Amino acid sequence: MSLFARNRKLAFFLLFILGTQTAIAQTTPPAAPASDEPELVEFDTSKTRSIAVPALVAPAPADTAAGNSVALGRQIAEVISSDLRASGVFETQGPNGLRAITLPEVATPQFDYWKSRPVEQLVQGFVRVGGDGNLTVGCYLYDVGFGNETTRLGFNVPPREWRRAAHKCADAIYSRLTGELPFFDSRIAYIAESGPKNKRTKRLAIMDSDGANHRFITNGQSTALTPRFSPNYKSILYLSYVDGNPRIYVYDIDAGRQRLITQSTSPTFAPRWSPDGQTILYSMAVSGNTDVYKIAASGNGTPVKLTSSPGIDVGGSFSPDGRQIVFESDRSGSQQVYVMNADGSNQRRISFGSGRYATPEWSPRADLIAFTRIAGDFRVGTMRPDGSGERLLTDSWQDEGPTWAPNGRVIQFFRTAKGSGKTSIWQVDLTGSNERQLPTPIDGSDPAWGPVLP
Amino acid sequence: MRTNTIKMAAILMVSTALVAGCGKKKVEALPPAAEGTDYGQNAADPNAGTGQIVPGSQEDFLQQVGAFGDRILFETDRFNVDAEDQAVLQRQAQWLAQYPNTRAIVEGHADERGTRDYNLALGERRANSAKNYLTSIGVDASRIQTVSYGKERPSALGSDEQSWAQNRRAVTVTVR
Repeated sequence: MSLFARNRKLAFFLLFILGTQTAIAQTTPPAAPASDEPELVEFDTSKTRSIAVPALVAPAPADTAAGNSVALGRQIAEVISSDLRASGVFETQGPNGLRAITLPEVATPQFDYWKSRPVEQLVQGFVRVGGDGNLTVGCYLYDVGFGNETTRLGFNVPPREWRRAAHKCADAIYSRLTGELPFFDSRIAYIAESGPKNKRTKRLAIMDSDGANHRFITNGQSTALTPRFSPNYKSILYLSYVDGNPRIYVYDIDAGRQRLITQSTSPTFAPRWSPDGQTILYSMAVSGNTDVYKIAASGNGTPVKLTSSPGIDVGGSFSPDGRQIVFESDRSGSQQVYVMNADGSNQRRISFGSGRYATPEWSPRADLIAFTRIAGDFRVGTMRPDGSGERLLTDSWQDEGPTWAPNGRVIQFFRTAKGSGKTSIWQVDLTGSNERQLPTPIDGSDPAWGPVLP
Repeated sequence: MRTNTIKMAAILMVSTALVAGCGKKKVEALPPAAEGTDYGQNAADPNAGTGQIVPGSQEDFLQQVGAFGDRILFETDRFNVDAEDQAVLQRQAQWLAQYPNTRAIVEGHADERGTRDYNLALGERRANSAKNYLTSIGVDASRIQTVSYGKERPSALGSDEQSWAQNRRAVTVTVR
């Protein structure tokens, strides 16, 4: 069966499960004022906040397409609790081990009880099933010490999207208490790997930010590499060897079809989206020389060549305002990080540390550029867009390919094991702390973190 | 155009599989003699001689260019064709001159100690270096294609200098 026919079958499956990427409808107006603008501060990670997340109450329990609402109330609390715990900022309690709460408590907590646990913050909520079968999820955040409500929010979701409601709650809680931008309600595209080192099977795959809702997109017959979600999550750019040569395709998730981004027969790789999704950045090798190009994402434009050095100019990442591009070039003799305007002008080197610098990625907060530094081992680090303030965040044999969480505070990358070559996806905070693996069904590499879903 | 590309890809996959198998043997021992190497081609060919290798086939190419004759190796981050490489490529060119109806695909590879995209570009450099030299000594450019596999297809499996040196290579695969 051809790849396309197989993808069409997959698309129906995906369509059924994921539906279209519609915005979650927010229902209950928030009671608390908006938080202050987040500032670039270091977390005091030695001091975690304790937070209790009992199971959400399901008044009028009912069955849904995703199970009974009582079970959903517990599962939503589990996802909220896991998100907050994984962030490294919270020490969570529950839902396991916490007593069930009643519906009246949701809006009027028993503060003395929670104070005695002890716990500093409290999340309570409910899950209702509407006549249309959709869920209404309400979550409330309370400061136990002060005995008052910090914020509340509600969401209307199809039952199969219950995890998104949980992530939205966790995001609101996280943002409100840390002053940071949200990032839990997002997706990751990556390459799922299996097989022996000299005959790897590499499949395009996607998953939620916590690894749930995992889906294989390609079947592994052809090697797939370096995927990127489009900013609206409707497509995935990636590299495929399906016709025997490295070529970049835009895969339309709903339609289950893909098209080439350029008809050129030269090898193309390292595809990237601009922040507004209108432009695709890519690298193309002509007569052995690789340069960075851009082309309209619609596929109707002419490629624009942005670099022309005799060295290898490759990769690239747009600044969040779309006006600059950071890329790598070995024109100086070794791989280094360069910045240029989006039209290719004013190309200047910004990395001058000891070692080689590769895979630059501009933070969605615009304040930092993540990179892979090669000096013997491969380590993930950050620097400011002028190249100053270099910090290394990991220290392993081969960590590479950083991608930013949408809040610009967590970096995901992949780690290769010496010898076996087995790969796995890892995350680390900007402070270098809370390094943790993101479990995947099989090995994983080339992670690409998408924006927060609307 | 597309049908030809798919056909070529199928051939390439078969050839690559055969080369990969032979490559592994070459690392461990001298290549096997022709006997017993039955690829299902012209088993009853009266001109087969000692074995069943068909003249002008990829198996014939491998036998004619000798152990490791189908590949040239590179230093870290380098893609230049040195004197040793030239000798190897000259033997390849001689064979290609003998069988003018064959084509070649030069695969460019890099070792695992590089980042993904840069290694794809580096593999492309290496494949083109080999192709450029072959054309400079008379092989028609239209007979040679290049493809980079970056660090995706290691031939040696270790994480050590010896293995990496084997993997920094440009391999010529002939196609009929």
